Amino acid sequence: MASSDRTVLQFSLSSSSQSLSAKVHPLVIFNICDCYVRRPDQADRVIGTLLGSVLPDGTVDIRNSYAVPHNESIEQVALDIEYHHNMLISHQKVNPKEIIVGWYSTGLGVTGGSALIHEFYSREVQNPIHLTVDTGFTNGGGTIKAYVSHNLSLGDRQIAAQFQEIPLDLRMVEAERIGFDMLKATAVDKIPSDLEGMEASMQHLLVLIDDIYKYVDDVVEGRVAPDNKIGRFISDAVGSLPKVSPPVFDKLVNDCLQDHLLLLYLSSITRTQLSLAEKLNTAAQIL
Amino acid sequence: MDKLELDGIPTTTRSFLQVAATEEAAPPLRVVQIEGLVILKIIKHCKDHSPSLVTGQLLGLDVGSVLEVTNCFPFPMREEDEEIEADGANYQLEMMRCLREVNVDNNTVGWYQSTLLGSFQTVELIETFMNYQENIRRCVCIIYDPSRSDQGVLALKALKLSDSFMELYRSNNFTGEKLREKNLSWVDIFEEIPIKVSNSALISAFMTELEPDTPVTQCDYDRLQLSTSSLMERNVEFLIECMDDLSLEQQKFQFFYRSLSRQQAQQQAWLQKRRAENMARKSAGEEPLPEEDPSNPIFKPLPEPSRLESFLITNQISNYCNQINGVSGQSFNRLYLMKALHED
Repeated sequence: MASSDRTVLQFSLSSSSQSLSAKVHPLVIFNICDCYVRRPDQADRVIGTLLGSVLPDGTVDIRNSYAVPHNESIEQVALDIEYHHNMLISHQKVNPKEIIVGWYSTGLGVTGGSALIHEFYSREVQNPIHLTVDTGFTNGGGTIKAYVSHNLSLGDRQIAAQFQEIPLDLRMVEAERIGFDMLKATAVDKIPSDLEGMEASMQHLLVLIDDIYKYVDDVVEGRVAPDNKIGRFISDAVGSLPKVSPPVFDKLVNDCLQDHLLLLYLSSITRTQLSLAEKLNTAAQIL
Repeated sequence: MDKLELDGIPTTTRSFLQVAATEEAAPPLRVVQIEGLVILKIIKHCKDHSPSLVTGQLLGLDVGSVLEVTNCFPFPMREEDEEIEADGANYQLEMMRCLREVNVDNNTVGWYQSTLLGSFQTVELIETFMNYQENIRRCVCIIYDPSRSDQGVLALKALKLSDSFMELYRSNNFTGEKLREKNLSWVDIFEEIPIKVSNSALISAFMTELEPDTPVTQCDYDRLQLSTSSLMERNVEFLIECMDDLSLEQQKFQFFYRSLSRQQAQQQAWLQKRRAENMARKSAGEEPLPEEDPSNPIFKPLPEPSRLESFLITNQISNYCNQINGVSGQSFNRLYLMKALHED
């Protein structure tokens, strides 16, 4: 990683790495944190394998992970390779499409031992991704970074490996689907039911509409400088409401309402029928 | 599990002998505490393989009246061959062993399965429950419905069989009298247990940081979608099928009762004839014939059909009805919202 002034170091940059980026699913973060919390006392950090797939546009999609027991000391690093293979086989029985895409370790930055482990993983898969998850929150935040390594060679000899950071997409769409409230708090008392969820969503919508209202008011009264882009967005949004005349729209809404009322009615009838049937079945006496 | 370990909340100290001697009355299971990790894993597994149904094993701890589920692993899809049976058991042992090495709780507390629109009440479920119940003192089944997550609802349920039902199932006796005795109706088969979600502090810190700043999330987009017709259609379709099954069961009962009453009428007729014969014989001074004749086929007791199927079907139907109600409620909200928006 040091470049001297006299000799020129060759950076063997493959063309694919320029557009290489990675996407992490929330499950991986959960797995890593869980393994870190459960690590044996003498271990400083946790190391494990990343599973996933490579999407057609070159992005690496990291979807699952498992921890691998390892021993680390100043001189050497030992990884339980058999365990790694066993877990890989077990996981592939369930999901044959997930392959090794790299490995992870907790802690900030890349250490010397990591280079050795990375070499091992590069024997398993081409161009593995190294993910570091800082569970110690050293920089005041949980930094999650992904690296790929390039071999620095001087002429024909290989000297060192340079870990280059690649962009990481941490959008947690699945976590959003469940709701961050459930995943953020340390204890949630119950899963929200259908209607409670609707209520929450509608309140969000209300907040948004209020914000836009206030913004438009401010612009009209001259308190805030108007921004053309935002204005265009707002007019697009308002314009996307379908332009139907009030009677047609009313008829549409009423028809839908009636359909749903009918279904409700049918389901209440069914339930009445069920309780009647049950009474008849069990109450019938054999005389 | 060690008996002493379970005694986590004693207020008085008891000697080992006393504890070993008393039958500890297990506190009833009141809540299932799941970790966020398990929820994500279940969702991922069910979603990856939908629409086929998948299962997996739950691992955790049984503490007092709370069942903690701390990890889980999926089962591979099973073919129908016999040789895969041994493979399945091997897979399970292998996974448990590997997870033990990284300090994951090695204790099976149940299993999870995915379902399609809530059609999970089958005899197989009950049998699996009984199998698990023999080995583990307390187990739950978590049911997840991936088709409802498109509506923004997390359809996760924890179920267990009620004790009275389990006893009845063991005796395999589902006649009307037995059921009346125990006062058991179709609502009593499955007990739903409330779910609590818990997360470790580390993961909570990470999630707080990773939460995007937007005030509206994907979840909201899903919930405010207006098109529910496909979901409702499928629901009603399943409902109709179940009603057909229920009416089949009803017909079986009707047939049974009719044949029973016919048999009784035949018995009466035969008895009359016998009595008349006996009168004749008495007047002739001979021995009266017995009034019963077990070898006559009309005295053979007819087996009463089991009501288990009808109970299960009834459960399914009520589930569908509940779902229809839920989705309708949401749709009403959305429709009124649209109406209000349009008026402005």
